[in-house]
Amino acid sequence: MNFLICIAKVPDTTSKISFIDNNTKFNEDKIQFIINPYDEWYALVRALEIKEANSGTVTVIHVGRADSEQVIRKALAIGADQAVRIDADVTDSMTVATYISDYAKTRSFDIIMTGKESIDHHSSAIGGMIAEMMDLPFISLATKLDMNGSVATIEREIEGGKEIIKTQTPFVLSAHKGMAEQRIASMRGIMAARTKVIETLSPQVISPLVEAISFQLPAEKSACKMIEPDDMQALVNALHNDVKVI
Amino acid sequence: MSVLIYAENINGRFKKSCLESLTYGVKLAKTHNTEAIVITIGNASDTDCSNLGVYGVSRVLNVRDEALITLNTQAYTRVIAEAAKAHHTTVIVLYHNSTGRAIAPRLAVRLKAGLVTAATTLLDNNTIQKNVYAGKAIATYKFNSDIKVITINPNSFPIEEAEGTAAVESFTTRYPDTDLNTKVIETNRQTGTIPLPEAELVVSGGRGLKGPENWGMIEELANILGAATACSRAVSDLHWRPHHEHVGQTGLTIRPNLYIAIAISGAIQHLAGVNGSKTIVVINKDPEAPFFKAADYGIIGDAFEVVPKLNEALKVYKAAL
Repeated sequence: MNFLICIAKVPDTTSKISFIDNNTKFNEDKIQFIINPYDEWYALVRALEIKEANSGTVTVIHVGRADSEQVIRKALAIGADQAVRIDADVTDSMTVATYISDYAKTRSFDIIMTGKESIDHHSSAIGGMIAEMMDLPFISLATKLDMNGSVATIEREIEGGKEIIKTQTPFVLSAHKGMAEQRIASMRGIMAARTKVIETLSPQVISPLVEAISFQLPAEKSACKMIEPDDMQALVNALHNDVKVI
Repeated sequence: MSVLIYAENINGRFKKSCLESLTYGVKLAKTHNTEAIVITIGNASDTDCSNLGVYGVSRVLNVRDEALITLNTQAYTRVIAEAAKAHHTTVIVLYHNSTGRAIAPRLAVRLKAGLVTAATTLLDNNTIQKNVYAGKAIATYKFNSDIKVITINPNSFPIEEAEGTAAVESFTTRYPDTDLNTKVIETNRQTGTIPLPEAELVVSGGRGLKGPENWGMIEELANILGAATACSRAVSDLHWRPHHEHVGQTGLTIRPNLYIAIAISGAIQHLAGVNGSKTIVVINKDPEAPFFKAADYGIIGDAFEVVPKLNEALKVYKAAL
């Protein structure tokens, strides 16, 4: 089973967010970057588990500049066999999906996985786009993946429940919580990652169909009104009369 | 020119989520001086389709197909894309739920369209807004494409009713049999509970509740209010509550009208999942809990004492309605 796992680089979840250049650009100063948690915890780890139980390879692919190396090495330390970096700036989802599918079309991967969404722009788009570009099935928000030969049984989250889907390789899947448990890189993994190869490809520049042109911070919350713990009647009144939510 | 709205039906029934999409699409069509057309796939009845006119739509394309009662991303994409081409659609509107997430990206590729997901504003000229960095910021996007695909953020556009009935037309497109190699073999929906992403009222518990056996009062509160239950990441990681109740940066992002956080300290990752809520009530015994900074109403007190009192006060309030 050969896997291609798409990993994005995102600010750590505790990051304080700010913008520069007249609020047109994300301020990377003092930001710690990590692998997008959905890509790492769920997609990558489940691919490794299936590979280890059977055979095959796990390749990670990333679109970004040379400063992404640390994030790619982390994926290799967790256990990916090899890595590809598409040397380009990340603009819109369509561009990223085009780069990745162009690469994937030149190889033969059985399963291409992304996380459910990235925790920066939350587009939830790359997996579906790659699937359409390659005319493959796409299963989004997968919480469980079991393989039996080339047949996959996949659980997927839907509103208020779940769906069980059967499909065959090759397919594209976006991974959600429940797929696997986070793995910590071992010292041996970290050492091994140092010598693993990161293939670098330079794609043609694509003009984006969508651009983020400006950013703003949400309006400040007004001060919290404190209510005495013995006076729940006051809370009920406030919810009914003042904010009218009940 | 037209605005094409995908209205999801589940076993023939239209849900609140698709009505939000209808309201959005109808408004958009009005501002663009064009027609709002609805497409639905599966086994909705023509009568139910016609009744969507109440939300201001004049035409519904009803794609009745036994093979497409459950989601098939490839076939759905071909069908919606063909409808879009046939009706010279410039904007396609979907809902940002599990279905919208699965087909909107495919549609964007097929129609060479720009895609913005989880939009929180009406498309204005070529710009639109959405929440980014887990709600810590708002981004304005500009479309450079002629055709645009938009998924709308849940609970962001109140449903508006008008009058009228819609004309229903059947619509079909051929798709290859191989699309059906991917099949939904089982669907399990919890009945009687409110799906968390669509809930207007949410009651959420944290690790401060000490164990899953203490959720009785949380569920009671949820029952009285008609609310959905949620939890913090710590709680779902400890398997006290199911994963699908986890709200926060790596769980669900929700924007209910009321979010009651009980014994949750309010770590930045948790706030990211709930800070779009209209009103936040925090009950915590630690006055220094960071959640109070994000709250509209705060109660410093032991959840085991406060929640039963709140339940009693709400029962009295409900009984008087």
